[in-house]
Amino acid sequence: MTINHYIFLSVALFCIGIIGVLTRRNVIIIFMCVELMLNAVNLLLVAFSKMHNLAASAFDAATKAGTDAQLFVFFIMVVAAAEVSVGLAIIVMMYRNTHSTDVNFLNRLKH
Amino acid sequence: MNPKDVLITFPELLIWFPLLSGLVAFFLAKGDSAKKWAVVSSFITVAIVAASFFFTDKNYLHFNNVSYVWMPSIGSSFALMYDGMGRMLCLLTALAFPLAFLATYNTRYIKSNNFYGLMLLSQAGLMGVFCAMDALVFYFFWELAIIPIYFLASRWGGEKRIQATFKFFVYTFAASLLLLIGIIIVYLHTPDGSFSIHSFLKATLPPGQEKFVFWLFFAAFAVKMPLFPFHTWQPDTYEQSAAPVTMILSGVMVKMGVFALIRWLIPVLPYATGAFTNIVIGLAVAGMVYASCIAWVQDDLKRLVAYASIVHVGLMCAAVFARNQSGTEGVMLQMFNHGINIIGLWIVVELIEKQFGTRKISELGGIASVSPALTVFLVIIALANIALPLTNAFVGEFLMFNGLFQYGVWTTAIALTTIILSAVYTLTMVQKVFYGNTNSITASGAGMLKGSAVAALTVVAIIILLLGVYPQLLTSLTKDTVNVFMSRLTGM
Amino acid sequence: MSKLVYLVPLFPLIGFLINGLARKSLSKSLTAIIGSGVILVSFIISVILFLDVRSGHTGIVKLFDFVAIGSLEIPFAFQVDQLSSIFLLIITGVGFLIHVYSTAYMHEESPAHYARYFSYLNLFVFSMLLLVLGANYLIMFIGWEGVGLCSYLLIGYWFKNTDFNNAAKKAFIMNRVGDFGFLLAVFWMIQQFGSLSFGEIFGKAAGMEMNDTALVGITLLLFLGAAGKSAQIPLYTWLPDAMAGPTPVSALIHAATMVTAGIYMIARSNILYTLAPTTQGVVAVIGLATAIFAATIALKQNDIKKVLAYSTVSQLGYMFLGLGVGAYTGAVFHVMTHAFFKALLFLGAGSVIHAMHHEQDIRKMGGLKKHLPTTHWTFLVACIAIAGIPPFSGFFSKDEILAAAFSVNKIYWIIGVLGAVMTAFYMFRLYGTAFLGKFRGEPDQERHLHESPKAMTWPLVVLAVLSAVAGFAGIPAVLGGTHHLADFLSPVFAGSVALQHTPHLDHSTEYMLMGISAGVSALAILYAVSRFSKKPDLQDAAGLGKVLENKWYVDELYDTVVVKPLRNISVFLNSVVEKLGIDGIVNGVGKLVNYGGRQLRLLQNGQVGAYILMMVVAALVLFIIQLFVL
Repeated sequence: MTINHYIFLSVALFCIGIIGVLTRRNVIIIFMCVELMLNAVNLLLVAFSKMHNLAASAFDAATKAGTDAQLFVFFIMVVAAAEVSVGLAIIVMMYRNTHSTDVNFLNRLKH
Repeated sequence: MNPKDVLITFPELLIWFPLLSGLVAFFLAKGDSAKKWAVVSSFITVAIVAASFFFTDKNYLHFNNVSYVWMPSIGSSFALMYDGMGRMLCLLTALAFPLAFLATYNTRYIKSNNFYGLMLLSQAGLMGVFCAMDALVFYFFWELAIIPIYFLASRWGGEKRIQATFKFFVYTFAASLLLLIGIIIVYLHTPDGSFSIHSFLKATLPPGQEKFVFWLFFAAFAVKMPLFPFHTWQPDTYEQSAAPVTMILSGVMVKMGVFALIRWLIPVLPYATGAFTNIVIGLAVAGMVYASCIAWVQDDLKRLVAYASIVHVGLMCAAVFARNQSGTEGVMLQMFNHGINIIGLWIVVELIEKQFGTRKISELGGIASVSPALTVFLVIIALANIALPLTNAFVGEFLMFNGLFQYGVWTTAIALTTIILSAVYTLTMVQKVFYGNTNSITASGAGMLKGSAVAALTVVAIIILLLGVYPQLLTSLTKDTVNVFMSRLTGM
Repeated sequence: MSKLVYLVPLFPLIGFLINGLARKSLSKSLTAIIGSGVILVSFIISVILFLDVRSGHTGIVKLFDFVAIGSLEIPFAFQVDQLSSIFLLIITGVGFLIHVYSTAYMHEESPAHYARYFSYLNLFVFSMLLLVLGANYLIMFIGWEGVGLCSYLLIGYWFKNTDFNNAAKKAFIMNRVGDFGFLLAVFWMIQQFGSLSFGEIFGKAAGMEMNDTALVGITLLLFLGAAGKSAQIPLYTWLPDAMAGPTPVSALIHAATMVTAGIYMIARSNILYTLAPTTQGVVAVIGLATAIFAATIALKQNDIKKVLAYSTVSQLGYMFLGLGVGAYTGAVFHVMTHAFFKALLFLGAGSVIHAMHHEQDIRKMGGLKKHLPTTHWTFLVACIAIAGIPPFSGFFSKDEILAAAFSVNKIYWIIGVLGAVMTAFYMFRLYGTAFLGKFRGEPDQERHLHESPKAMTWPLVVLAVLSAVAGFAGIPAVLGGTHHLADFLSPVFAGSVALQHTPHLDHSTEYMLMGISAGVSALAILYAVSRFSKKPDLQDAAGLGKVLENKWYVDELYDTVVVKPLRNISVFLNSVVEKLGIDGIVNGVGKLVNYGGRQLRLLQNGQVGAYILMMVVAALVLFIIQLFVL
């Protein structure tokens, strides 16, 4: 498998995420789409890391080149988890206030 | 004495002492204690400066120079030097604060601990500006001096103080940013990547960039002086600020601009200076005539003094850019004398406003009948303002005009018309406010001059006459700086 | 001996300080004693100095370095020589008499104001002494400005009166216009000669060519300064207004001493002027024009002090004429005699005003001869002296100037004699109207008419004697005398004399000139006395007379041509350029930011979807730039 396959998959997932965020009005679905985008990036990072490492180990079997990208993935996962907990809390608060999960009810920020 | 034995040098002492006493003042919330603390502190500062005059000799270099490691990674050190010009301006700064405090001793400011604390912080900043030998340190103190003024001007002052402060803030903050950009550009071209003034003097910029940096620096300093057409913050701010703030702003802060031209602009960027001399002197001289005309039609005493100040500063700027010995010595004298004179004028204006509740020239009159002593002081200060011989301003103006004459005859002729115009507006003001018959407003003025204000005015009058008769006191002090400045210019 | 010269100005300074600082605690008599005493001491020292100089001891006394910048060194130094010692005598001598006179004249003032008056007067004498003693142009300028200041303070002495204050301000500002020229000349001299001391400048100038541009420029600018201080066209209008001050002040400052500062300065710089014939021509023409112009105005003035004021302007014009034609000794001679008789005239006028309870209009006087005998006799002596009737002093000095003018240009002489005739006419018009005929004032005033106290009449008598005999200091050779003054002053003017080639007049011509000028003046006197003692013109004049009475409307002209336009420009600058222009731009920047912010705010519509869309679009745009543009 070449890197191109991974890239195509990631871009597809990312675009689905974007389109979902842009078109849907339900907060929970938007939220899931954001997660989708984050994971698309994670996937790409892992793929690049692996490929980089493979290419480098042809010269030096003990190399660790490219492995730090996987570290970022962990960071992103931790952040995403934190985000989910905060986000869900906000959504719950929102639902309590407006009895809806439609983002268009949330335009009071502009005032 | 071994340099290592020196506990603390004079420039450090002059910065840390007001800084610490300013911080202490913030905690003295009870009654007049902050005011008393500030007065005592400012007197001690005067004493420190006075003491420093006994250590001017070359043998005492270690008392006057200091350099700490500050930010070695970017090549900045906390370097201070106490040369002739710095000494003179520190003396001015040290004198200005007690005069300002004494003259307004009877006024109660709300939250006086904050007021006096901020004033003393500003004093520390000013001292730092005049001693700094490192561009970052200079910039740091430049801001330290101005930032307290924002608070002072916006919290204590007239009704339109917020508007005025806003204008002041926009002008000076924009100026400071330009200055910072300029400093960084010069820094990038220093041979050893350092902010020290010695490296700045060695910096070689491509001509195009040098010209660009010149305008960055010049705009910053021109706003501070202020030079026409960067001046419109000044009348508003002076009009709206509390009296001591105005005194410091006009008496000392204005000198920061002129000082910076001499120390940081002209020696660092000599080629660009040469290229733009005509424009700058043109601006300065046009501004002198312009501000003289405007001062003539002002009805508000404070605005009149503000415009008069623009005239004097315009002459200083023109004389600095004439770049010769006579003009530069004149500027040195005038920096000090203008500070003293304008503080004297503000003291008189403040007394009048406190007593009669108005500053309108058209509403006043006949004060000479009710308070002859105040009139004597005012006449002395007014005569100094129009640079009559044997007052302190005369020799300074004489030398500046003489320096300007060597630059250009016609320019000098135009600039010299301001000696006529200054007589016109000053004497018109003296006549309308002090002479003539008293009216319903001014009839109540008997005994308006008392206590600490008399002391302040007496000090001002004595300085005016002393330096008027024997200007060598100051010229001998600043001779070294002028010689360094001149040799730098001729050595190019 | 000349080392003691610093004492001469020191004593008046001490007097000023004592009277000024202790003005609230001194009694009037003590003030008077201090005020006059210090001048007397100065006078005595001046006499000693004068005798010393006569025996040949001149020199420069340096007190301290006033300015020392690089190569430019200007010491605070005094020059003791023939010229300055003559002026010292005039200033302290006449000054002392006027101080004494003032002790009585100002007796109505309260003690504090009395002391203020004397302190100003002392300060004036101090400044005037600095002016004539200075050994370089800067010290001279210090005195120059100092006397201007004292003149300002004393004209506006009664500071409650707005007119007086305006007159004071006008005097100061007009003088400043002159100072503008003086200062420019000083800077030019520094550039040209690298020094300001008289000795060095004159030495270097002597080696320059005739009519060198720098010399002509410097001398013309100096002359502008002299025109301001000595009230010449076009800057003369302040002097008549300066009569607002107390009368002794007019006598001291605006007749005898300060206004002659310009003449002193040019006489001091005589070598520069001799080397610049172009300037000399200008000086002569301006002097002559002023002499005749002021004389025409004096013909129709009715205020006793105004007549004398215009007469002063006119006589100063003669002095400048003398300077312009190279008769430096003649000009200084006229300064001296003029100081005596003009001071006497003013003090006499003061005595009249004192007796008339501050009435100055000569139409309301008349017949004062029998009420004020001493004043009358002394005034008559002064009138004869100024009219140029031999052997009174004015004749000799004026004749010397006119003779020199004749030898340069005969038209100068004709106009000069015309002016002299007018002088004789208006002085005796004044004399006839005020002292002869019948008293025309209120009967109440007549009952109170009295001769002035001794302190006022003694100075009159002394000055009258001097006015009568001072001319003998300079008897022209043609009359068989020796010109003591010329001999005495010859070292000062030696350089100029060597350069001048004025044709020498033969004796018969000189007799003729003297005869004509004295003769027509005498005729004018006879006509004026016979006419005005019987039928003084009491009506307001019409036609040309009205123009003269209104001083050719020069004040109004200056007001419309200079003052008002300048004021209007200033108002325009203040209200339009400053407020709308510069402030408008600054405030405009602020408003623009404000407006822009308000418009951009509309993008923030609160729709989360819209924000995200913008974000994505922006990211795409950046991508595209990254991929295709860079």
